[in-house]
Amino acid sequence: MASISIGTIAELTSAKVVCGNKGKSCLVEKAFSSDLMSDVLRLESENLLLITGLANLQAVRTAEMADISYILFVRGKQATPEMVALAKENGITILETGYSLYKTSGILYSAGLKPVF
Amino acid sequence: MNLEYTFKVEGGNFSKAGVASSDVKKVLKKLNVGPKTIRRIVVSLYEAEINIIAHAYRGEILVKISENKVETTLKDSGPGIEDINKAMEEGYSTASPEVREMGFGAGMGLSNMNKNTDKLEITSEVGVGTTVKLMNWI
Repeated sequence: MASISIGTIAELTSAKVVCGNKGKSCLVEKAFSSDLMSDVLRLESENLLLITGLANLQAVRTAEMADISYILFVRGKQATPEMVALAKENGITILETGYSLYKTSGILYSAGLKPVF
Repeated sequence: MNLEYTFKVEGGNFSKAGVASSDVKKVLKKLNVGPKTIRRIVVSLYEAEINIIAHAYRGEILVKISENKVETTLKDSGPGIEDINKAMEEGYSTASPEVREMGFGAGMGLSNMNKNTDKLEITSEVGVGTTVKLMNWI
């Protein structure tokens, strides 16, 4: 299955890696775009990138519970120091881009990142 | 093996949401429980924890871990649930706009808890509170 490195995802979306692993070995196969954590908690996929504009502590907690290792915050939303600390504690990589949810999803979909469904 | 943990939950305090679920996840990891089973247990617990914060005034979580199962009881003081069958329906929610702004309150929590537990029991008394029991084999 095709997979994309976090470094490439950051490059394609002009995103900044705020914390976590950005090495070429950090590979992601699928992504899910949502601001609704209730929907994120229903997913069963692993090795997933969560693309969201919901920049609060619950987005990071949701990722922790759902075994999601990568979060990309869109629309210029920034992770607070508390969110970064929680992400680091759980080995979660956080990226931030100024692009919209639609643009970010479109770019990554075109690059071969698969949808969950 | 018989481990017990209790957690206090404060209604409305989203900054602490997930603390109990996070601690339970760490314990289950140490016990070498399979990742898929851990995920089911902590997702259902997290949903239940969020429900106390979103709807109740306060609550208590008791987690019992034994050789072959994890049993969690979440007891809250709150408004209770008028119609549990209706609350189980996907999309039905009484959550406030504040809860929705946090990314929850879409009416998916109870059905997701049902999906991720081997046994789910909900009892509630209007004006008194709700007790949720979650059980998963490990």
